[in-house]
Amino acid sequence: MNALAPLPPAWLREGAAAFLSRYEGLRERLPGDVAVRAAGAAAFRGRGLPGMREEAWHYTSLRALAETRFAEPLTPVADCATLMARLPALDAPRLVFVDGRFRDDLSLVPTLAAVRVGGPGYGTLAQPGREQMVALNTMLAEDGATIEVAEGADAGTLLLVSLGTGGPPDRPVAFHPRHALRLGTGARLVLFEVALGAGGYLHNAVLEVSVGADAALTHLRLQDESSAAFHVSTLYAEIAARGTYDSFALALGARLARMEVHARLAGKGAAAHLNAAQLLGGAQHGDFTTVVTHDAPHCASRQTVKNVLAGRSRGVFQGRIEVARDAQKTDGYQMNQALLLSAEAEIDSKPQLEIYADDVKCSHGATVGELDPEQMFYLRSRGIPAPEARAMLVRAFLAAAFEPITHAAGRAALEAAAAGWWERQAS
Amino acid sequence: MLEIRGLTAAVDGKPILHGIDLAVPTGEVHAIMGPNGSGKSTLSYVLAGRDGYEVTGGSATFDGEDLLAMAPEARAAAGLFLAFQYPVELPGVGNANFLRTALNALRRARGEAELDAVQFLKLARVEAKRLSMPDDMLKRNVNVGFSGGEKKRNEVLQMAILRPRLAILDETDSGLDIDALRIVADGVNALRSPQSSALVITHYQRLLDHIVPDRVHVLAGGRIVRSGGPELARVLEEGGYASVVADAA
Ligand SMILES: Nc1ncnc2c1ncn2[C@@H]1O[C@H](COP(=O)(O)OP(=O)(O)OP(=O)(O)O)[C@@H](O)[C@H]1O
Ligand SMILES: [Mg+2]
Repeated sequence: MNALAPLPPAWLREGAAAFLSRYEGLRERLPGDVAVRAAGAAAFRGRGLPGMREEAWHYTSLRALAETRFAEPLTPVADCATLMARLPALDAPRLVFVDGRFRDDLSLVPTLAAVRVGGPGYGTLAQPGREQMVALNTMLAEDGATIEVAEGADAGTLLLVSLGTGGPPDRPVAFHPRHALRLGTGARLVLFEVALGAGGYLHNAVLEVSVGADAALTHLRLQDESSAAFHVSTLYAEIAARGTYDSFALALGARLARMEVHARLAGKGAAAHLNAAQLLGGAQHGDFTTVVTHDAPHCASRQTVKNVLAGRSRGVFQGRIEVARDAQKTDGYQMNQALLLSAEAEIDSKPQLEIYADDVKCSHGATVGELDPEQMFYLRSRGIPAPEARAMLVRAFLAAAFEPITHAAGRAALEAAAAGWWERQAS
Repeated sequence: MLEIRGLTAAVDGKPILHGIDLAVPTGEVHAIMGPNGSGKSTLSYVLAGRDGYEVTGGSATFDGEDLLAMAPEARAAAGLFLAFQYPVELPGVGNANFLRTALNALRRARGEAELDAVQFLKLARVEAKRLSMPDDMLKRNVNVGFSGGEKKRNEVLQMAILRPRLAILDETDSGLDIDALRIVADGVNALRSPQSSALVITHYQRLLDHIVPDRVHVLAGGRIVRSGGPELARVLEEGGYASVVADAA
């Protein structure tokens, strides 16, 4: 047997080489801790872009991304008014990044945030040696937000916004924002993260989140990128004793999107909710991948992931729950449901449980279905036209995912985005 | 109002209706009775336009229009309403939202202004009260967790709010307690007018004591085998279907 692993395909190697040469050209000018960055670059040089041979990328091909040659974002001159107008109407401070760079003029900076790469905690949770896209981010990150909520403080709501402008059509850009968020003991924050854009670009974000003991983070996420964009985001959350990380992600944009979440329940009684909805149409590909690690006893994790797939779209859900030997009394729940609106749409669902403790309660399930013809007929028999009836049933399917969102304004904004997606499908 | 001629229909390729002739003139209430499996629900589904119920021959017109060519929602807009024998559960759809969407769709089709949530709730509460339904049934998901009788009442509530010109009630009385039966019957009677008609499918004389029909038809083996006045229901109650069906054969 030949012990050598087969070489990755040429397009994957060439795509990685392009990012590396960009790093070589820029390295002197990049901010932050040089050692962390160099380690990221070394990891990326060693492994390159992930191919479908990697277990974690088995259902998602980055070929189109690897074959795109991205340019450096220009100093933003673009008028962002149109994109800004699409932001959820929340009465809250906001940090706005355009093509990955902070824009003071568009932001309302709260006192608790600093804008820089490499605040305290930077690089402590991310695993560039394991996640290649995180290695790429670590190597090329130019800007990001560092947000700290002091012990016992309630910081209210904060918007974290990424706008992609794509530049001229033949000049897609790539940006790799790097954010860090720390909640001290007993602190609270609602973070509403929005990614929007126009034109072609790669948005490859990394967010490191540390939730202190008894702290509570509500994290609402709206991925509504341009239909020509690539969106990759990797989030690491570490939750201390009795802390709560409560997240809901709505993904409906981008030609190819991968949202990856690693949540570690590190202290006794911590909780993580990783709820999500993916709404895909046309030839879109959307991947929601989660790894929940129960490292302490009496922790709870909940995931309800809904997929609505129209056209020739493809949805992927990979959900791994790991329960360490001493994480007794773990309560883990995972449900992935897909509603296929066309015969050509497809869902790949891969739950994985790795349980090393003996006194745990873990359940998972997956369902795939179509609109129920009996329900459709019932609605239409009451005079509701077929398109409206369909919309009602899709909304009903999603209702269970939106229901746990307690932040009323945030929930309304997400529901409006979902309704907008539906209107785009219908037209 | 409703004219059915020589209607034949099949489900999954299996012929069920073998030539139905039936006319319900404007302002009249007709009852259909018949043994289990004789095709009563099939007829009601065919008239409401359910997919998979294939019309293989004959015709059905509503106010002279070809009913069978219309989409289900167009039939509803024209004034047809079917109270389902087995009402469908809609998890995730609130009852009030469902009713308001339906009413506004009909109003839109008729060129009337839509009702906002406040106007609608006012109307719905009045109708729910008339049917002795607690307000919280408007807040719950459509038919989810409703008891058998509550589902039937919810059908009547929809009918009361949508105010059809032709109501088809498919065994709306089955599963109702005595008080509910009276309430439902009152609901149907409240809609009675010289301009509207009803087709009441039932197994029991009891309902017809409350809703006195102009005509009673017996459907057996996919055909109307006997028609008569209200007294026919009493004959059936006493002698069973065997007598009339055998008579007709
Ligand atoms: N999908 C189907 N495939 C085959 N046969 C069917 C199908 N649906 C209905 N049938 C048959 O059609 C016949 C008529 O059914 P229908 O429901 O119309 O009867 P009904 O008169 O309403 O009976 P009941 O009084 O029990 O409600 C029955 O024999 C039933 O089994
Ligand atoms: Mg029946």
